[in-house]
Parts: sequence; C-alpha cells; structure tokens
Amino acid sequence: MTQHIATLWAKRPTPRGLAVDSPARPVFLALGLMLVVGWLLFTIDGGQFFSQANIVGIQQRSAALGIVAVGQTLAILAGSLDLSVAFLISLSSLIAAETMAEYGVLAGIGATLVVSAVVGLVNGLVITRLKVHAFIATLGVALIIKGVLESRYDGPAGHVPESFQRIGFDRIGPVPVSALLWLAIAVAAWFLLSRTTLGYRIFAVGGDPEVARLSGVRTDRVIVTTHVLCSLAAGAAGLLLAARLGAGAPTVGTDGGYDLESVAAVVLGGTALAGGRGGVAGTVGGVLLLAVLDSSFNQLEINSFAKDVVRGVVLVAALAVYARRRYAR
Amino acid sequence: MGRMLRMTGIGKSFPGARVLSDVDLDVAAGEVHALIGENGAGKSTLMKILAGVHRPDEGTIELQGKAVEFGHPIDARRAGVSIIYQELTLLPERTVAENVFLGREPARRGLVDREAMEKATALLMDELGEFSFGPRDLVARLSVAQQQVVEIVKALSVDARIVVMDEPTAALAEHEVELLYRLVRQLSERGIAVLYISHRLREIFELADRVTVLKDGAKVATVPIDQLTTADLVRMMVGRDVTDYYPARATREAGDVLLKVSGGGNDRLDGIDLELRAGEIVGVAGLQGAGRTELAKALFGAEPFSRGEMTPKRPRSVQEGIAAGFGLVTEDRKSEGLALHQSVRDNALLVARTRGQRSGAKVLDLLKRVRLAPPSPEKEVRLLSGGNQQKVVLAKWLTVAPKVLLFDEPTRGVDVGAKASIHELVRELAEDGMAVLMISSELPELIGMSDRIVVLRDGRIAGHLPANPSEEAVMHLAAGS
Amino acid sequence: MRRNLPIFGVLTVLLVAIAIANPYFLEPQGFLAFVKRAAPLAILAAGQYFVIVSGEFDLSVGSLVTAEVVIAARLVDGDPGATWPVIALLLAFGALVGAVNGLVTTLLRVPSFIVTLGMLLILSGAVSLWTDGSPRGALSEQFRQFGRGTIGPVPWSALILGAVVAYVVWLMRADFGRTLVATGDNQTAAALSGVRVHRVKTIAFVLSGLSAAVCAILLGGFAGVSAQVGQGLEFQVITAVVLGGVVLGGGRGSVAAAIAGAFTLQALFTLLNLHGISGALEFTVQGLILIVAVALGTLQPSWRPRRRKPPALTS
Repeated sequence: MTQHIATLWAKRPTPRGLAVDSPARPVFLALGLMLVVGWLLFTIDGGQFFSQANIVGIQQRSAALGIVAVGQTLAILAGSLDLSVAFLISLSSLIAAETMAEYGVLAGIGATLVVSAVVGLVNGLVITRLKVHAFIATLGVALIIKGVLESRYDGPAGHVPESFQRIGFDRIGPVPVSALLWLAIAVAAWFLLSRTTLGYRIFAVGGDPEVARLSGVRTDRVIVTTHVLCSLAAGAAGLLLAARLGAGAPTVGTDGGYDLESVAAVVLGGTALAGGRGGVAGTVGGVLLLAVLDSSFNQLEINSFAKDVVRGVVLVAALAVYARRRYAR
Repeated sequence: MGRMLRMTGIGKSFPGARVLSDVDLDVAAGEVHALIGENGAGKSTLMKILAGVHRPDEGTIELQGKAVEFGHPIDARRAGVSIIYQELTLLPERTVAENVFLGREPARRGLVDREAMEKATALLMDELGEFSFGPRDLVARLSVAQQQVVEIVKALSVDARIVVMDEPTAALAEHEVELLYRLVRQLSERGIAVLYISHRLREIFELADRVTVLKDGAKVATVPIDQLTTADLVRMMVGRDVTDYYPARATREAGDVLLKVSGGGNDRLDGIDLELRAGEIVGVAGLQGAGRTELAKALFGAEPFSRGEMTPKRPRSVQEGIAAGFGLVTEDRKSEGLALHQSVRDNALLVARTRGQRSGAKVLDLLKRVRLAPPSPEKEVRLLSGGNQQKVVLAKWLTVAPKVLLFDEPTRGVDVGAKASIHELVRELAEDGMAVLMISSELPELIGMSDRIVVLRDGRIAGHLPANPSEEAVMHLAAGS
Repeated sequence: MRRNLPIFGVLTVLLVAIAIANPYFLEPQGFLAFVKRAAPLAILAAGQYFVIVSGEFDLSVGSLVTAEVVIAARLVDGDPGATWPVIALLLAFGALVGAVNGLVTTLLRVPSFIVTLGMLLILSGAVSLWTDGSPRGALSEQFRQFGRGTIGPVPWSALILGAVVAYVVWLMRADFGRTLVATGDNQTAAALSGVRVHRVKTIAFVLSGLSAAVCAILLGGFAGVSAQVGQGLEFQVITAVVLGGVVLGGGRGSVAAAIAGAFTLQALFTLLNLHGISGALEFTVQGLILIVAVALGTLQPSWRPRRRKPPALTS
C-alpha cells in the first residue's frame, strides 16, 4: 500500500500557486512580455527601464491600488464585489489625518481601521441579511459615504505627522516602505486563502453557495468577514495615501478610480468575476501589469489619457482570452 | 448483520398531492438495498426525507436503533447519511482533497493541515482501488465517474453508515459501471448500508441483496432479490394493465413521410435511421444516457447531427429546425422550456415570429385548445401547476403549427389528472396530421401511447418494436440483456 | 404588473410633497421645468433598462455621454449648419459603441460588467486624448435648443422624452420586448424557442448606446459642455432602474417603472433642495433609499428559493 501511495504522490499533479494551470499564469506571461516591451521602449527612447527611479516609481504607483485590489480579491472570490472602496479610501484618509493631528499616529490608525471595519460590516450585513445584490448594496453604501464626505469636507483636512508621512516616501534600498506594506498585505491574504479554513470557505462560497451550505459552511458569516477584510484593506490604502499627501483628501479615492480599477486588476489577474476561482498572486500581477504600462507611457511622454484607452483594451482582451481558455478546457 | 436504518410509516404531502403514504423501509448494515419504482412513485421524496431535505408529515426514522429527526441536510450527514445525487455536488475549481473535506478541513487554530488532509484522502482512495488521479487534482478535470469516486471518498471520510446513490450509473460509460459495482461492493463489505436507486434492472440483480418496490407513493413489497425474476419486478412496479388508461390508438393509416433520417450522427449519436409519418406517435425508449434527449435535440437543430442524410434538410440551428417544422417540448421545462417570471401569454408567444401567429384572439384559442384551466393569459407561469405549465409549452409550439413535434418526457412532474389530458392532446395532435416523437422513461406511458417504439442504446438504435409490446421486450432491448 | 405599483406610489408621494413645499410646481411651467430636468436621466434609464432586463450591465453610458457632448462641441463649433449632421453622427456613434459592447459580451463571452468597464476607460481616455483634457468648441444655439428650448410652453426635452417613452413602450409590447425579457429570465429556454439571444442582447446594448446619445444631446444643451457632464451617470442610472423595481440579473421589471425610477430620483433631489438639504447629503439619502428599496423588494413574500443558473447554451 505504501508503494501505491508513493506513486500517487510521485504524480504530484498540481502544486498550487503559480502552477502550469493556475489562473494567474497568463497575467504573469503578459507581465513578463510587458517588462520586455517596456525595457525596449525605454532603451529606444534613451531611458533606463531598470533604473532605480523607474523601479521605485512603479512600486509607488502600485502600492495603494495593490492594497485595495488584494481586499477586492477576497470579496470577488467569495462571489461578491465591493464598489464602496473608493469613497471609503477618501474617508479613511480624512479620518486618519484628522485623528492623527489631534491624538497621535496610533489613534489615527486605530480609528481608521475601526471605521473601515464597520463599513465592511455594513456592506456584508446588507448583502446577507437584507439580501441585496452586492452591486447595489455596496453602491448604496458608497453613495452614503459620498454624501458624508461632500457635506463635511470641501478640501484637504487634518494633518499627518512627519513620522507617519515617512511610510509614504521612505524606502529600504530600492524598495519603498509602501510596497513592503502592500507585499505584507498580499502575503497575509495569500496565507489566509491557501492555509486557513476561512480561506477554504471563501472559495467554497464563491464556487457554489448551495454546495457550501450543504457542507455545513456558514455562508453568510464568510461573506460578512470577507467584506470586513476588504474594507480594512481599503482603510489601509487610505492611511497610505494620507501619509503621501500629508493630509486627508475627500477626492483621493475617486480620483484614483480605485473602485473600478481594483475590480479590473483582480479580473486581469485571472480571478473569475463570479467568484470561486483565482487568487491573490494573479491580482498582484494584474496591478503590476497596469503599473508597468503606466510607466512605459510616462517614459514615452505619451499623453497620459492614452493609458486609459490601452487599459480598457487590455482588460477586455484579457478577459476574452480567459473566456476562450475556459471553453477550450 | 445488524439493522442500520428503519423508516416506519413515512407519509408526505405537497400542496395538492400526496406523494408518500405509510412507507416502511428497513436496511441492514452491509446490505445493498435497491429502491425501485416508476417515475413519480415517490423514490426521490423518500430519499430526500432521509437526507434531511424534506421533513416527513408522518412516521419515524431510526438509525442503528435510535430515533432521529433531521431538520437540515447537515443533521443527516452528521448522523452518518451520505447522499450521492445525480447532480454531483462538488466544487469544480477545488482539488479532490479540498472537496472531500469541504466544511470540515482538519485544522489547528484555523490553519488547515493540508498535508494531513491530502494524506487522508490518498489513504481512503487507496483503500478503494487504484485511480489515475490524486488528491491534488482539480475536480474540473475529472470525468463523471471519477467525480463519483470523489463523492464516495467523501462519504467514507465522514464515516457514513448509509450511502444513498441516486441513479449513479446514469452518466457512466460501460467500463466505468464496472468500477462503480466494485465500489458499491466495497462499501457493503465495510458494513455500510447502501441504498441504491436505479431504473436498470440488470444492475439491481447484479448488486442488490434485497429490493423495495414503490408504486404511487406506497410500498408494494420488500423482497430478497434471489426470489425474483425480471418479470416479477416489472409486474410489481407496473401492477396494472396499462393500456386502459390511454387514449385510443390511431384511427387512420399513417400518412406521408414527414421526417426521414439515415445514418444520422454526432458526438453522442451514431447510425440513426428513422422515419416519421403524419398521424403517428413514435415512442423512444432507452435508459438514461442512451441518447434519447440528444436524438430529439439533433432533429430539432439544438445539438445538430454532424453527419447523415435527412429530409427535411438537416437543421443546423434551432431557427432552422423551427423553420423546417419541428417543435421540441423539452424534458426540463423550468430550465429549458419556460421563462418562469413571464405571463402565460408571453410564454405562449415566445416562438411566434409573425404577426399572424401572434394575434391575441389566437392565443386564447390555443390556450383553450390545450385545455389550460383556467385560460388566464396574464398569470405568471411560475404560479401554475406542472401540468398547466406543460400545456403552456404546448401552446407555445402550436402557434407555429409544427409538422413534427418532439416530446421529451411530456408528463414528467405532472399530476395524474393533467397527465391524462396531456395524453389526449398528444393523440389529438397526431390525429390532426402531425408526426409525434415521444421520449418517455415511464414504460406504461410509452407503451400506452406509441404506435410503434424505437429503442436506443449507447447512442444507437437498438431495435424497433410494434405497438403494444411487453415491458420486458422494451427493457431487454434497452438494457441489452 | 402589480410589481410596478410601489414605484409609482412613491413617485406620487414625492410629487405631492414637492407641490406642498413649492406650489409653483403645480403650475404647468413649474412642472414642465421639472420634466425638463428629469428627461436626460429618464431617457438614459430607458436605455439601461433594456440591458439590465436582458441580464447584463452597461457601465459605459456615463463616459459615453461625456464623449458625445465633447464630440458635439468640437464638431459643431458654433456652426448652426452642422447641427443636424452632427446629431446624426452622435446617434450613429452611440449605436456603434453599444454594438461593440454587445458583440464582445455575446460573441467573446466576456462578462458585460468588464466589457463596459473597459469601454468606460477607453471612451474617457480617448475623449481626453482628443481634447487634451479640456473640451474645445461650442454648441450652436440651434443644437442647444433641444436641451433648454421650448416650443410654445412645452420644452423640447419633454417632447423628446415623450417620443422616447412612446417608442420604448411600443418596443416592449412588440415581439422584441417579449423575447428580450424572456432572454433575461431564461436564456436557455429562449434559445430553444428560436430566439436569437445574441442578437437580442446586442440590440439591447445598441439601444442603451442610443439612449446615451440622446441624453447627451439634451444634457449638452441643458448643462453645457464640460468633460464632467456624464460623470457618475452610469451608477445614477442603474440606481434609477433598480429603484423602479427592475431586478439585476434580468427577466423582471417594466420599462415604464424604470423611467418612473429616474423621475423618482429626480423628484428626490428636487425635494431635498427645497428643504435646504445641501446637494451633498442628497447622495447619502440616495444611497439609503437605494438599499432600502431593493431590500424591501427582495424581502417581499414572493421570495423564491435560489435557483441554480440554467447552463448556458452553446451556440
């Protein structure tokens, strides 16, 4: 019998992560290709793609979107969606900056995360208890936050202490602290998804809520938890942006388009919009792909608006490729 | 062998219909117990009561001598009842091990012990036999047979005492069936009670120790299998002279040939030769997976033939099929036949493409013609009974006056009264000059309605039978015994 | 049909409340001014209705409206003679964008949420690229008439809205409407009944694109030319349609109710303004109402157990 088990193990069909058939593979192929293209473009243009400045720039640009997108990945994997992240980011930046100015950095971080968690809780409860479609529920919550923002603020507010601002700009060697923060959050989410029972249940609920329920998974609790985590990620992104700006800003989230762009990064990374399939690795790849694209456009000094056009085309083309792969299988 | 399960005096009604009354069932540990009966006999309701999906109105369930009550499928599972449904309940995007341990992953402080999980899965698989897949394979990549293995491993992993299998061979190829037999025997050797639901009498003689026959929601008998012949079983299941219940046969000679296929085939069918004439009802018999629905869909153009000759011209799409004069009453009207939230009128007009076909007066006429009672065109279809829903589907096709109507299980989920009226309607349509092809898993219906019968097996035509054959004759051809 | 009653009831209550706060509203002028303000969103809601009832999303309409206005300003450039050709061009462009959305969704099987999100990015980027960030040119006086002018006492936009409503109601009563809703309800059953579901869905997207073009023509005249004119409209219009009781996922809800949803939203804004609630908090109220309305809709006794999605038909 041991012999037979040995042969079973020897087959080792699909190690997880970036395996051959991982949904994240195409995005990393595309990322590799994009790096080569970017390097070529820079070289032709007389620039240096792998210069420290450019590398740092790419990471800086990615960090905030990356953090939100990691949270969004959890929500989408569970078969949900969060459209409230952009306004929540703005709100978080303001709460962080105002609280820090009054009560210090730790209080600011604490207050921001508590408010974010509450928003996530509301999202989750509206979806599970009131049975409102996630699209509508989180859109409604987004509008509620928007109203609060517009009635209470008409410009930047609060002040972030120097010590905290360093999170936004400091770096260790070529690696900015913000990118490390992103990495840490991504690794935590990866760990959550691949090693914990909660992670397993997120996949189950997103894959087929009925099957999950019949297997004894408390589906509502899973959905609420993922929404809390998603909102916490948005809160963290708000903290980071507040550190960058030195203050809170009521439009920092929407200007960055973090709601739809985070969804775009997630699906670009091979995670199915309907849930149950995908992962954080792909999302990281998707965010980096968008950032490398940006940096190439910057170098070529192409009008920055063109990047939106290319993003749209890349997004739709990528999803068309994924759809073909699914049907070919 | 100790007694594993005892169900006593089980009764269950749904609004408008009594589906089970006073059913007793008892199953010993290590026994393979077959549960058979025609469609609508109450097998699946009984199974769902055991699974905790439905609560019985009357009666008690005892497991290993202890009375139990299941309020939720989880309760039943925890008590050791595992159900393997026809529609497998696995997550395709997760691995075998992840599926086996879904909802009960071995974990310490929230951290899944993946290695233990995969090892346990491998061990269980190993006990069952050698398989060409492992605990880390994605379920999406497994065949239906392999997925059944995963379901069985799942049952073993929860230490199930009773495993219920609902038509497990329906989607299996011949060599896979052998594997399943082996697995069932292994389960019984471990002292697990297997409740085996199947239409295929051959399997029952192969596997079962005892068989319980249900008819019209009541138990006919529980008998050791070695005291029975096939003929006995069929008689117990049917238990009446079926022809009495059906409308009189064709009064006139079959008319012009409306459909002719020779050598029709695609990836599910091969060598189909078939002729349909105006005014006749041709029954299609066959076991599940024999290609009956595929035949109807091929003729209709939904899953077209890729080879062979056909008159009228082989339709390559549904639109071509409709234009050529075909109509298809699908097997599952809720998922394939009706838009449930729309009105009767809107559903009835779904096929109609020209203004003439759509005129309001005509819809009312059609609703009356199909005997929809009451003929209220504004009512949402989901609020109708199964029989009335089926009449709406019929009305939908009558708007375009098809020449050939293909019925796939015309009376599935239809109560007895409506059944008779649908049977009359089908005969009436044939009398009016349509050619009717009727697929049915209910042998009495098939035999009672058909002017002749075509039997399918493994995607091919296994034989032709004249009007009013014996059930045994149909079964023999269908099962190939 | 009973499903529609709540939204019309809510709308009536809001209109009465407005009339109490501001009696001018009861005079024809006052009421017509309200209709004029509501018309662009109502037309857009009619278009979005087709897409949602067929089971899809169209997120691209906001940036499409912006694109149309910017294109109009640039091409008309104050020349009255260019008005009609440009209007024809705008309609054609809207239809084209809708057709692309629809074809990519149906033929390439990309979720429409993503397709139209991509289109949103493409359009907003392309418009900014073309105009270098700030729109140039100006609309002709003749062009602006549609958004703010009147014929006698009746605003042009009210007439256009009337024509659109008449057209879409007719469309929904025709064969197209029935097949569209059936497709959204049960795509497999529709396909097996001979409905060309890809074509029907693509037409729905085209209608949505056309509605964005008409909306842009009105908004350009009413609000003037800016690069922000369509911002956030996609969510506002989906809010309106859902408020009208149309169910995301398709198959349920009427076009009249969707349009009523748009009027309700506009009435809500008007009322909030009348009561001195600043433009800002109106979003909060909008969000709350959206959630409450949908929650009430789904928690009604007609709640049905979740049905597994019927398998998509290969075509």
